[in-house]
Amino acid sequence: MLYGIHWDLSNSWTFAASIIPILLIGMKITVLATVFGFLIALVLGLVFALMRSAPMRIVSWPTRFVIEFVRDTPLLIQLYFLYYVLPDVGLTLPALETGIFALGLQYSAYTSEVYRAGLDAVPQGQREAARALNLGTMRTFRDVIIPQAIPRIVPALANYLVSIIKDTPILSAITVLEMLGVSQIIGARTYRYMVPLTMVGILFLILTVIAATAVRYLENRLPRAGIPLK
Amino acid sequence: MKPIVTFEKVTKRFDDDTVVLDDFDFEIQPGERVVLMGPSGSGKSTVLRILMTLEDIQEGVVYIEDEPLWHEKRNGSLAPASEKHLHKMRGNVGMVFQHFNLFPNMTVLRNIIEAPIHVLGLSRAEAVKRAEELLDQVGMSAKRDAYPNSLSGGQKQRIAIARAMAMRPKLLMFDEPTSALDPEMVGDVLEVIKDLASEHDLTMLIVTHEMGFARDVANRVCFFCDGRILEQGEPEKIFTAPTEQRTQQFLRMVLKE
Ligand SMILES: Nc1ncnc2c1ncn2[C@@H]1O[C@H](COP(=O)(O)OP(=O)(O)O)[C@@H](O)[C@H]1O
Ligand SMILES: [Mg+2]
Repeated sequence: MLYGIHWDLSNSWTFAASIIPILLIGMKITVLATVFGFLIALVLGLVFALMRSAPMRIVSWPTRFVIEFVRDTPLLIQLYFLYYVLPDVGLTLPALETGIFALGLQYSAYTSEVYRAGLDAVPQGQREAARALNLGTMRTFRDVIIPQAIPRIVPALANYLVSIIKDTPILSAITVLEMLGVSQIIGARTYRYMVPLTMVGILFLILTVIAATAVRYLENRLPRAGIPLK
Repeated sequence: MKPIVTFEKVTKRFDDDTVVLDDFDFEIQPGERVVLMGPSGSGKSTVLRILMTLEDIQEGVVYIEDEPLWHEKRNGSLAPASEKHLHKMRGNVGMVFQHFNLFPNMTVLRNIIEAPIHVLGLSRAEAVKRAEELLDQVGMSAKRDAYPNSLSGGQKQRIAIARAMAMRPKLLMFDEPTSALDPEMVGDVLEVIKDLASEHDLTMLIVTHEMGFARDVANRVCFFCDGRILEQGEPEKIFTAPTEQRTQQFLRMVLKE
């Protein structure tokens, strides 16, 4: 029994069917971690990208260092660090929030690169034409650069959505009961691992296929020349 | 009358070692239509880009009318220009690029009205009216609502000309406006520029290797070489009786193409 739900061990099929509601509770946590982790990555990544391209070196260099550091160290270490070390300096967050933040931080290092590459890929001639027309910096970003960068940025960002889903099981390392964590408990209590683990694999497959399909749909709908301004 | 453009002992370097302009002096009078010709890499685009504030200068002063472009008078001496000053000065100058640089995410109309609305503060109706007149002049009224990617090179360049004209610059510059075009489109674009030259008393600075066009449109042709003007004069004189050997060589090469 878990979350007050009993499993039926008569055979593998009944077992599988009976643990679905339990796994769905875990899936809710998986989805939650994905969505909020991704939102943090989207916002923090943009902040990193802008700070990194700031003209002041005192801003851009430390930002570069942080991005490199986050990107080149394992997520698991960052996760342990945030969960076990930060409380020592008086910062205690619940496991799920810590996990979401760790995922968001890790992925913001990736998304910041996506933003930067997307903005850089808008041809220099576009900025020059905007300058020749005396458009201000803000107006140029708003009407020229960002609308043309979005079709390059969005598909790459969306691909990280798929991979962040696949990284959520790591949160079970800090006691978060997402899908994998839940299935491990079921396995430990029933001594039957194959069924719950297979089910979790299938549920992950469903989640990633849904996300990937949404990504492809979005990609096909974005006009390549940029977001049209009439 | 005071010149509309003055280069006074201007030095332009890239990365400290490539010197493109060295002690460069140059003037354009109001209403003049000047053609710059010369070998590739000699610094013609750089001259235009300095005037468009796309490239800065290291030494000397550039004036637009009698105001320094890259400097500001502060306490009686010249200090490097602020972005605010550059913004003000840029309003005098317009530029048509070799590769058009139209905004692909905007319709033809939006390309033309964007800056008049957001920079000049025109109302949308006024901007559209101005754009429609210009579209008519460049023969592109039918493409008002099209997106640039659906247009030919020649059509794009005509839109780019209308876009630059919509800002009503005192000086309009063209950097090889036809060299990225298929040969059959060149004529149309040159015709449009000639029409504008005859209808408006705009000052023009044009980089082109089209000699027939230069002969029709220019009051003065400057042969530009290694960052300076080697020889200049009325088109007739430069094209039929150039005195410098480098000019003769260059013209022979262009004619052969
Ligand atoms: N951004 C740049 N960085 C370094 N060198 C440059 C840059 N732009 C132009 N140059 C150099 O300046 C010289 C003049 O270039 P340009 O003005 O484009 O010549 P033109 O238009 O006459 O062909 C060339 O030698 C070119 O290599
Ligand atoms: Mg050039």
